[in-house]
Amino acid sequence: MKCDVCKEAEATVHLTQIINGQMHKIDLCEGCAKAKGVSDPTGFSLADLLLGIGHGDTPPAEGQATTEVRCPSCGMTQSDFKKSGRLGCSRCYDTFAEPLAPLLKSMHKGEQHVGKCPPGRAENLVSAERLKALRRDLDQAVKAENFEAAAELRDRIRKMEQEGRSTKEA
Amino acid sequence: MSTPRTPEIPENIVVSSRVRLARNLEGHPFPGWAKKADRIRIMEIVRPAVQLVEGMEEAYSQSMDNLTAIEKQVLVECHLVSREHAAKNVGSAIVINRERTLAVMINEEDHMRMQGIMSGFRLKEVYQLIDQLDTRLSAKLPYAFSPRLGYMTACPTNVGTGMRASAMLHLPALVLLDHINKIVQAVSKLGLAVRGLYGEGTEALGNLFQISNQTTLGEKEDVILDRISKVIAEIVKHEQNARLTLLEKNPRMVYDHIGRAYGILANAQTITSKETMNLLSMLSLGIDFALFDDLTHASVDQLFMDTQPAHLQQNHNNQKLVPEDRDGLRADYIRSRLTSVRRPRFAIPPRKDEKDAH
Repeated sequence: MKCDVCKEAEATVHLTQIINGQMHKIDLCEGCAKAKGVSDPTGFSLADLLLGIGHGDTPPAEGQATTEVRCPSCGMTQSDFKKSGRLGCSRCYDTFAEPLAPLLKSMHKGEQHVGKCPPGRAENLVSAERLKALRRDLDQAVKAENFEAAAELRDRIRKMEQEGRSTKEA
Repeated sequence: MSTPRTPEIPENIVVSSRVRLARNLEGHPFPGWAKKADRIRIMEIVRPAVQLVEGMEEAYSQSMDNLTAIEKQVLVECHLVSREHAAKNVGSAIVINRERTLAVMINEEDHMRMQGIMSGFRLKEVYQLIDQLDTRLSAKLPYAFSPRLGYMTACPTNVGTGMRASAMLHLPALVLLDHINKIVQAVSKLGLAVRGLYGEGTEALGNLFQISNQTTLGEKEDVILDRISKVIAEIVKHEQNARLTLLEKNPRMVYDHIGRAYGILANAQTITSKETMNLLSMLSLGIDFALFDDLTHASVDQLFMDTQPAHLQQNHNNQKLVPEDRDGLRADYIRSRLTSVRRPRFAIPPRKDEKDAH
């Protein structure tokens, strides 16, 4: 199979994406894949498409870089992140919270972690934090007069409060 | 493990189940952004912790720079190391338990990528296994975790549970009937991904497809596992129906594929790994249709593994061979393994006009 871009080299990178219910297949050789920013196909389909990589994203002008937000812990800038689609350290999630929020929202089912927590360390912290977030969402839903969502949120808050009480009693 | 398998889902359609967790240490840059010295420091913290954890006794543990290109590729072919990890050198390592059900990649895209893998449709069992390892490791290693975002990962697509659950499915009938694209589209709409044999960005070889979850934030692990299990059970049903349809409506076509596969494999003098995989898929289907008297799934699976490039070279004095030489060696090996396998016995129902003539 030949590369779809240069039509010369053997294609070794195969991407299948569903866009608006249509299946799109692209076969690239290693050189063209790298040139298009697909050197590491992991997560390309979602993250990189949303980040706009390989879609004529212009790199920032030289002087601009100095005024850019930089992670105080690892030194990564937002354009570094845009380039690779990978964050530099766990602190980056705070540093780039603003640009990350819409990204996380579009690629995941929710904005709040509800799964496993490292045992014994974060459970209490987690449920408190979760309750806080749910109450915030409830306020917003009420304000937006989205009563269906508000009712669901209210039920979830009640359930969590009950669960919290029963574990304390146990 | 003696947990009984779900009886209605035969092992020959769901080839294997795998669950992978991404974990990072607090206060250290992620491997892709870390300097070499950072990566080495991280490895020095993580590797001994993994080697000493319960369940990893007598594990195989290697630094990636200590492995030859062939050894790395063998691990990729066994699905114990990702292709990305195989490209790593100093500062990355792999630890695999004796049963090869658990593997921890150190400094792949995240500080740790741990996976549980088992043959057949056993996603929940595999999750329990990897969950246990993760819990034990979390007592020794300070994970990067936030109450809001869960386990922090280098790529925002993995944040939350850090979990990617997948199953490898053998779907020859859906491919022969040309129904596979419809399935791929339907599965994608449910928030699951369909990929080829070696994961993301790879071709579907040997009619093998990997189904996995796309999202990791906002749902509990068991909810994700439940959804993917349901979808897999549904796809298995479709494959079973497709097989019945083929046998009923077009036995000559499907038997032709199986007969030709046997003919080529038993006689070829040179053959690529890609062609081998696709033809072995047909032999496997032939076994399910009870066409072969002396062929088992185990022997076809063995052939599948042994004929991949790195395995072939490893079994040939660890010699690096050019593709043409490999293709000859592969054909010789397959012929030798098929000498005692008699040709398939087809029972094609008579054509309608033949029936009418009698």
